[in-house]
Amino acid sequence: MLKKISFVVNGKQETLEVDVRESLLEVLRNRLGYTGVKKGCGVGECGACTVLIDGVPIDSCIYLAVWAEGKNIVTIEGIAKNGELSKVQKAFIEEGAIQCGFCTPGYVLTATAMVESGKKYTREEIKRELSGHLCRCTGYQNIIRAVEKALAD
Amino acid sequence: MYDIKAYFEAETIDEATRLLADNPNLIVIAGGTDVLIKIHHGKIQKAELLSIRKIKSLEGIRKLEDGRIIIGPLSTFTQIINDPVIKENIPILAEAALSMGGPQIRNVATIGGNICNGATSADSAPSLFVLNAELKLKGQQGERIVPIQDFYLGPGRVDLKPGEILTEIIISPENYIGYAGHYIKFSARKAMDIAILGVAVLCKIKEGTIFEDVRIGLGVAGPTPLRCPEAEAYAKGKSVSAQVIAEIGRLAVKSTKARTSWRASKEYREHLVEELTQRALKAAIVKAGGEEIA
Repeated sequence: MLKKISFVVNGKQETLEVDVRESLLEVLRNRLGYTGVKKGCGVGECGACTVLIDGVPIDSCIYLAVWAEGKNIVTIEGIAKNGELSKVQKAFIEEGAIQCGFCTPGYVLTATAMVESGKKYTREEIKRELSGHLCRCTGYQNIIRAVEKALAD
Repeated sequence: MYDIKAYFEAETIDEATRLLADNPNLIVIAGGTDVLIKIHHGKIQKAELLSIRKIKSLEGIRKLEDGRIIIGPLSTFTQIINDPVIKENIPILAEAALSMGGPQIRNVATIGGNICNGATSADSAPSLFVLNAELKLKGQQGERIVPIQDFYLGPGRVDLKPGEILTEIIISPENYIGYAGHYIKFSARKAMDIAILGVAVLCKIKEGTIFEDVRIGLGVAGPTPLRCPEAEAYAKGKSVSAQVIAEIGRLAVKSTKARTSWRASKEYREHLVEELTQRALKAAIVKAGGEEIA
């Protein structure tokens, strides 16, 4: 069953027919080529597929594509502007918060939402906000430091 | 792709109840954080889904002039956590909501779904049980109001008749004014985990030293969330002391029907009930204006 939907991805208006069975993750990766959206667990545990929907981090693997009608979506491809990395991305590089990189897009998007909220976060609150992501390489410390740095800037 | 055979979208409650009455196979979907995972794991096959996401009248949290708090079932956990009415009047529900899943899940999962799943581990349930929440259910035949204690029938089973949907969660002022509470979720991880035990305690303290009312709600201590009537009856009118609190903890175990699962044994869960009921009660006493008991 196909359904026509319109939404904005990284500032670009998209209109396409999606299958009601498709997840937003599948549409973003397979139909629109945003392969920065990673498929990890497929059940909302690991956060690798995180995208921002109207500024809010959600797991795109457990979000039906048809629900994206009228939404504004940002993937990791939409974070750098005019060839320049965002301050969250720079902080991740400076703190060495990346090893294999598979979890990084999700972390950067959650951290971006935190920065854009304008709120102050304690270290414990940062950990809580990042708790929907798994990283199997870094041991998390560098990621937390990177987010602290991005929030402080 | 998800194994979805049919997908319907209702925009009004009436449309939803009509579609549900016409097709008993329809599964209601809102946030999708449970239904889609069940489809993913093959527990639901050839799913016929009815989305209620677009029904505006199921959204929002408000306090009526008579003091009743009405929570729309489409409220997400994040909305519950941040809502000023919840924070000011029934913070024990916000505490519980914050313990559920992780941020991305809380941003989409709804409280209505948490209840209607019928899981004993539902993070909102112990708090809603001690708040004596009432549920408004609507079908083509009309509407009815059911206390949440009667709504849970068994593991994964709730008192939703064919064609009915949950339209309001109601908390009455007599169940929160003058009360303070505390919620403890005991789990192996602080985030993204299912409770080994959930404990909500709500209490009202008279003259700083007497238990006017104590309510204990437990999750994962039986096939459904439950209250502890024996412990609650014992507490009424007693002076606050470490001995009385210890007895309340012991009596709380009597109301449980814990079982052994891979997460924890029955014996361990019973130990947790006794211990965590006391800890939650001690914290609740302080919040209710009583003296701290070591």
